[in-house]
Amino acid sequence: MAAPNLQAEKRIRQRYRRERRFKALCVGAILLSVLFLVFFFTDIIQRGYTAFYQAQIQVDVTYTERTVNLPPAAVDSEVRPFVSRGWLRQLPDHVEQDPGLMGQTVTRWVTADAPVGQYLKGKHSGLTEEQKATVDRLREAGRIELAFNSHFFTRGDSKMAEMAGIKSAVVGTILTLAVTMAVAFPIGVMSAVYLEEFATDNRFTRFIEVNINNLAAVPSILYGLLGLAIFINFMGVPRSSALAGGLTLALMTLPIIIITTRAALRAVPDSIREGAFGVGASRLQMVSHHVLPLSLPGILTGSIIGLAQAMGETAPLLLVGMMAFIPAAPEGVTDAATVLPAQVYTWASMPQRAFDELTAAGILVLLAVLLTLNATAVLLRKRFERRW
Amino acid sequence: MKALHRLGFAAAATAATASLFAAGTAEARDQIRIVGSSTVYPFASYVVEEFGATTQYPTPVIESTGSGGGLKLFCAGDGPDTPDITNASRPIKVSEYERCQDNGVQSISQAVIGSDGIVLANTADAQRFELTLEQITRAVAAEVPRNGKLVENPNKYWDDIDSSLPHNEILIYGPPTTSGTRDAFEELVMEAASEEMGYDGPYTKIRQDGAYVPAGENDNLIVQKLTRNEEALGIFGYSFLDQNRDRIQATPVNGVEPTTEAIAAGDYPIARSLYFYVKNGHAGKVPGLYEYVEMFLSERMIGDMGYLKDEGLIPLPAGRREEIRQAVLNKERLTRLEVKALNQ
Repeated sequence: MAAPNLQAEKRIRQRYRRERRFKALCVGAILLSVLFLVFFFTDIIQRGYTAFYQAQIQVDVTYTERTVNLPPAAVDSEVRPFVSRGWLRQLPDHVEQDPGLMGQTVTRWVTADAPVGQYLKGKHSGLTEEQKATVDRLREAGRIELAFNSHFFTRGDSKMAEMAGIKSAVVGTILTLAVTMAVAFPIGVMSAVYLEEFATDNRFTRFIEVNINNLAAVPSILYGLLGLAIFINFMGVPRSSALAGGLTLALMTLPIIIITTRAALRAVPDSIREGAFGVGASRLQMVSHHVLPLSLPGILTGSIIGLAQAMGETAPLLLVGMMAFIPAAPEGVTDAATVLPAQVYTWASMPQRAFDELTAAGILVLLAVLLTLNATAVLLRKRFERRW
Repeated sequence: MKALHRLGFAAAATAATASLFAAGTAEARDQIRIVGSSTVYPFASYVVEEFGATTQYPTPVIESTGSGGGLKLFCAGDGPDTPDITNASRPIKVSEYERCQDNGVQSISQAVIGSDGIVLANTADAQRFELTLEQITRAVAAEVPRNGKLVENPNKYWDDIDSSLPHNEILIYGPPTTSGTRDAFEELVMEAASEEMGYDGPYTKIRQDGAYVPAGENDNLIVQKLTRNEEALGIFGYSFLDQNRDRIQATPVNGVEPTTEAIAAGDYPIARSLYFYVKNGHAGKVPGLYEYVEMFLSERMIGDMGYLKDEGLIPLPAGRREEIRQAVLNKERLTRLEVKALNQ
């Protein structure tokens, strides 16, 4: 009697061991992915947070006929190399806006050249020893300081790191995604409603179904080629515009919206449909009064996830010309525009070191927006979700 | 719920109509459109920004498409939906020129804006290299001549090539085949050196056994890799060297340091010219086109003290600059013969 018992106990112990091993492996997998995430975030934040403040310098600006034509002459020669050229360039605009400035000397805090900021932040700046000494002296005198970098949010791209910002990319992203949603949402939802509620299950609809599922897995660059061929070359949509990019991304988002909408429609139990028919509703009434409103949270969740995916896309946009240098924010969907991920990519390939932190800061903004979008999707699901 | 669904439908319907209307509007262009080389892109976009900020014309749209991609778009036709200017880090090829002619782009002008040096560098923590074109070729070529015939490159360490070089593994991060920098490197280093080394003709095949690592189009990535690997050598554009002097050091080639002066004087052997091409037919059709060209070619931009020098562009000699300015602003047409001569 003792022998079989022992064997059974051994087997049980073995099973427990196996279970512990498996559990440990799973925990290890989670730890590893958390570790990657933590590493990624600390790296990006560490590199990016310095971009949110920049160097300012206090100078006496002289507005005369001569200095408007030759802006560098408007400031003292001692501080001239440290004042941003991008700021000096705006001098004629100042006078145009306020003619009273002419003939006056005003003390102002102005944007400093990027290397000054790099030096103050303890990074490699390319300043000479002499210039570094001057910056140190001015800083002690309280004439140079690090302040909040408002340019980063209020200006478009620039080749001068101290003047570069994400505004035009943000506006471009919003316009592009607005076009994407305006096109993909109605078409996607209507296709899904037809397939789910109206179409009979035959070979043709099954053929369409398989193809839609397939489309969702097509590499995004192919949509770029398609967009280039159809929208730009055939329909004559202006290249680099938010319209061209938005339509291209709409092609890409469409299958995702159709698939998630169909899933949301399918989750509505048939008893609701039968109830509607039972009180004499037509099919249209059944769909628009009952099924669609009930599945709307699910549809919106799917659409937001599709939107978030479209937002992070660069490959198809490269082909329709949205990887462009856009200093001024676009004013309409037909203006040339760029998007956030493309902006990050452009900055990443700039030789100037100050763009390093701008790249990381751009990534931070992009991540924050994506996080918000995804959180909205989760919130919608949690708030309106119904269990049957 | 009912209100919600009505709202949803109304929004969807308006949005769909709006987008249809928008798609129907024809293109009316008042902006200059520029495409082309990623090497010229930082310089050209600097001018674009200045042009937009200091003139009454709208900021031109500039895209980085690569030299080949740019010329393809440029030569696609002469209509307003094609770019006015394309930047290039190499001269236009005869085939591209002919495609332009076939598609109705009859008159184009060529502007040389300056030169760009291609540098070899390693991390500042390690010993500095000093190489000749021949040594570089022996390190990167797929095959090397030995006893009168070509054998697969046996060099694993730098001292296999020349005993005066350090006993470091040969590991070179450089541009991929799609890059104009790679074309220039092959031509200026390998073609130039191979003639006297015992190859049958110009030889430009780069080894693929892991000693030469194509590191992508992003030169910042190569610089980062160099700081992490003391034995590695990198190949990239001069402006990236200039911005990273705290972490990398340049390799003198044939005894010449890559400095602005040495590249401008033509002493440094690995330097190439940078170009842009403009459609003369678009003058007057696109507002500000020649004002932009004039600004780009002005002394303030490409001169000895110009802004683009700070960005890493190597200025041409003053006389040559004036010559080019005259030719381009007078819309002198680039001829087939000239294109042929450029590609020799």
